[in-house]
Amino acid sequence: MGSSLVQSVDWLAIAPPTITAVVALGILVADLFLPEGRKPLLGWIAVTGLILAGLSLLPLLDGDRSTFCLTGTTGGGACSYTADHFTLVIQLLVLGGALLTALLSFSDIADSELPAGEFWFLLLSSAAGAALLPASRDLATLVVALEVASLPAFALVGLRRGDSRSSEAALKFFLSSVTATAVTLLGASFVYAATGTLHLTRIADGLTHVDPRLAVLAQAGVALTLVGFAFKTAAVPFHFWVPDTYAGAPLPVAAYLSVIGKAVGFTGLILVTVVAFPSYADVWAPALAVLAALTMTAGNVAALRQRSDRERSAVRLLAWSSVGQAGYLLVPIAAAGYADDASRAIGSTVAYALMYAAVNLGAFAVAALVARTSPANRIDDYRGLYARRPLAALALGFFLLCLAGLPPGVIGLFAKVTVFSAAVDAGLGWLAVVMAVNVVIALYYYLRWTAVLFRGAGTEAERVPLRTSRSLTAAIALAAVTGVVLSGAPQLVLRFASQALL
Amino acid sequence: MSHTVLQILLAAIVVLPLVGAVAALLPAPPGLKGKDPDQAVLRHGVTVTGAVLALSVALAAGFDHDHPARMQATTDISWIPALGVRIHLGVDGISLPLLVLTALLTFLCALYSYSKMPSGPSPKAFVALLLVLESGTLATFAVLDLMLFFLAFEMVLIPMYFLIARWGGEGRERAAWRFILYTLLGSVVMLLGLLLIGIKGGTFDMVALATDNGSGLGHTTQVIAVLAIGIGLAVKAPMWPLHSWLPDAHTAAPTAGSVLLAGVLLKMGTYGFVRIVLPIAPEGAHAFAPYLAAFAAVGIVYGSLVCLALARSGGKGDLKRLIAYSSVGHMGFVLLGIATLTPTGINGALFANIAHGLITGLLFFLVGAIKDRYGTSDLDELSGLTGAALYGRAPRLGGLLAFGAVASLGLPGLAGFWGEMLAMFGSFRPADGLSRPAFLTFMALAGLGTLLTAAYLLVVVRRVCMGGDGDGDGVTPATAPGPSGALADVRPYEFAAWTPLVALTVLAGLWPAALLGLTDPAVQQLLGGGN
Repeated sequence: MGSSLVQSVDWLAIAPPTITAVVALGILVADLFLPEGRKPLLGWIAVTGLILAGLSLLPLLDGDRSTFCLTGTTGGGACSYTADHFTLVIQLLVLGGALLTALLSFSDIADSELPAGEFWFLLLSSAAGAALLPASRDLATLVVALEVASLPAFALVGLRRGDSRSSEAALKFFLSSVTATAVTLLGASFVYAATGTLHLTRIADGLTHVDPRLAVLAQAGVALTLVGFAFKTAAVPFHFWVPDTYAGAPLPVAAYLSVIGKAVGFTGLILVTVVAFPSYADVWAPALAVLAALTMTAGNVAALRQRSDRERSAVRLLAWSSVGQAGYLLVPIAAAGYADDASRAIGSTVAYALMYAAVNLGAFAVAALVARTSPANRIDDYRGLYARRPLAALALGFFLLCLAGLPPGVIGLFAKVTVFSAAVDAGLGWLAVVMAVNVVIALYYYLRWTAVLFRGAGTEAERVPLRTSRSLTAAIALAAVTGVVLSGAPQLVLRFASQALL
Repeated sequence: MSHTVLQILLAAIVVLPLVGAVAALLPAPPGLKGKDPDQAVLRHGVTVTGAVLALSVALAAGFDHDHPARMQATTDISWIPALGVRIHLGVDGISLPLLVLTALLTFLCALYSYSKMPSGPSPKAFVALLLVLESGTLATFAVLDLMLFFLAFEMVLIPMYFLIARWGGEGRERAAWRFILYTLLGSVVMLLGLLLIGIKGGTFDMVALATDNGSGLGHTTQVIAVLAIGIGLAVKAPMWPLHSWLPDAHTAAPTAGSVLLAGVLLKMGTYGFVRIVLPIAPEGAHAFAPYLAAFAAVGIVYGSLVCLALARSGGKGDLKRLIAYSSVGHMGFVLLGIATLTPTGINGALFANIAHGLITGLLFFLVGAIKDRYGTSDLDELSGLTGAALYGRAPRLGGLLAFGAVASLGLPGLAGFWGEMLAMFGSFRPADGLSRPAFLTFMALAGLGTLLTAAYLLVVVRRVCMGGDGDGDGVTPATAPGPSGALADVRPYEFAAWTPLVALTVLAGLWPAALLGLTDPAVQQLLGGGN
């Protein structure tokens, strides 16, 4: 009995989130001892830490490790931490996204005098939580990971001291997020009450033969659990916090939330729906399909209504468009509820998310570049960007067309094709048609912005050369190269759409 | 010519414009700088499109004309295994003429723009966009994979949008938006249909799908797929009542844009019908053929009635707009031919495709030239009280316009005649199972359309080419006319750009067998399921 209580920990398997967390703590301590002039060093430590964590994925590539498993006869081999292919891909997305965010943070930290130590600590802590989440295979770990990813994000949003908009955004984000988490916890406890376990695979078993007296409880638990994750993906009706939060937060933080925040949400959603609640597919699949349709429509229509001369309209547009994109990400998850082969449909979401992460962060990087010269960051400020910085303008045009899904953004096009084909495959024809209309709406505002880039500069202010920085250039180049390479060889990410990930 | 050479030729035809587009954005290398950067990049455009034309002519020469039904110069490489997308290229008797037509028209546009660059931002972007557009259209006709077809179909949208929005005339922004939103909405719906076929049929390969003639697809699947794909293609073609983007786009586009839009882009729609809808989902095509034919017939009459209204005195008709509406009518003949589902009708449709590309391309060039000279293309302003008297002021230009007009109205002996005659002939005896009385009605409507077409084109000729003694009843020409109101006649570069179109119009009219001999075996095979 005694020996079975002692678990051996597979340190290699848990290396990616662990390294990130350890480096985060290291930065917090180092911040105390570094003189003011040496603070930029912290950023490079963070970047190195993220690269190391990314490299630690390499030994795990065979994708069959798991740890923190239940022992003994009753456990049935359920594990709390699994490093399968799904986990690895999402961890790659999270760490890569955090790396790009880090690169585009350097200049913002210097410009708006954010506290460097806190910033890097919070960013890495949140990334550690986000990297832990896809590996979690029980509800407790899942919620803990969700909170580890979210709590530092609240602080990051409100990091600009003395800026009332930043604080307001943080408060809004915090209150609505905490409510959602509370609801999720309530749901998880109902599910626990009905099935007597927290492990996802065992919940899946337990839900197939729930005591009839507890059936309503189980159903309520399933629905409530989903709420918290839907909130993170910013699905309608949990999307209202997005524009204000993005516009109020420091720009790199908005970029981070738009990619990693979403990744956290849909990863949790996938794990809960496909792994834990497959027997309730007839409940959550139609709900998610409707949610997807509403989300993409609400996001795209709101993005369409953004006026280009409004302050921070560029970030607002990206914020609303990210709500629209979240709708597309939900489509394959909904389709998974109808399909015979759920993991294939899930792969479409993963492939789409990888494309979206690269190009959306790229778009934010160019926005950060423009924001250095035009702090108001209106879309009108992008007028004539091609004349001032041709490469940045071409890169932004490429990112926007990838998001719109039109050539030359070939990867964007094919990522949308996989999502469409998941929907058509699952027989969700109406959802595919709704998405088709949304793609057209989205094209309008993406292309309108793209067209602005190539216009002749009107006023004197628009001819001022942009201030660049090496880290920003690196971030843009990294995202652009990723996008171009993927456009030439879409198979690199689309293969996830054709193999069993989970 | 060996297979490998043909393979390389076809691949180069598709890729070369793309490479050229990137090169156009880079600074010119030493030795190729020319007089100034603008001239250098325009020359670069002429060189690249010329090279593509030469390659496509070489491909046509190396094409095995004894077996036009066989896919030739095929390349088949796996590209995205996850989606089953393959880079599958090839040409047969159906796509080869369209490929050459595209290369020719783009070259002529580049040549024309070299001397007469439309006003707008730098020519650098103009040339790059023109080349991307060329690559997209060539790829549409060369690919044999449904997803690749969709990719190529979408590839033309962005360049065309910018060509209209940046180098266009009045109302260009609005027209460009209408163009891209309409076509995108259509093509996204088309994507759904293509995916349905791909998922149910198990492959995206057009040849494989055409070979079993949709036997793997259920009736419902075929009907839904044809509806979805048909909408996308019908917007592009354009089919009445989905045509409303077209007049604005044509009117606002610069000359090169109008020529390519009418000459090539519209053909992508009708080509899709022949290449995808008919062989892959024959049951679905059969179900919708009467509706397609009805819309086509209405389109023919509608297009010519609108033209007639535009052409009459005091109608405030714009010549470009008029030619654009005439395209709706002409493409109606093409769609009618396709809808008969008979080899005769489809051959006629393919012939009319090419003829329309040549003739309307020529007409848009001519109208562009008139607009440059007069500063307007408004028919009332042009002709004034007595007529613009182009015969007197610029006899060669007037003669060419009259030639284009009679070719367009389908005078026997010129290209416009055969296609429309065959399309009507096809609907005289439509495929088995289609209602003969209905198709006879459509044929009668189409016949009425040809009469109306003749009427408005002759009115145009009378008002523009003939007229008073040229003493200034019309507007004063913009380009400092001589004392008697003489205009600059056809200039050398215009002569160079237009002669090939005139010559081919006559050739195709006198020797239709050259073209029909290519398309007919391929059409028989498509309808017969690869046997």
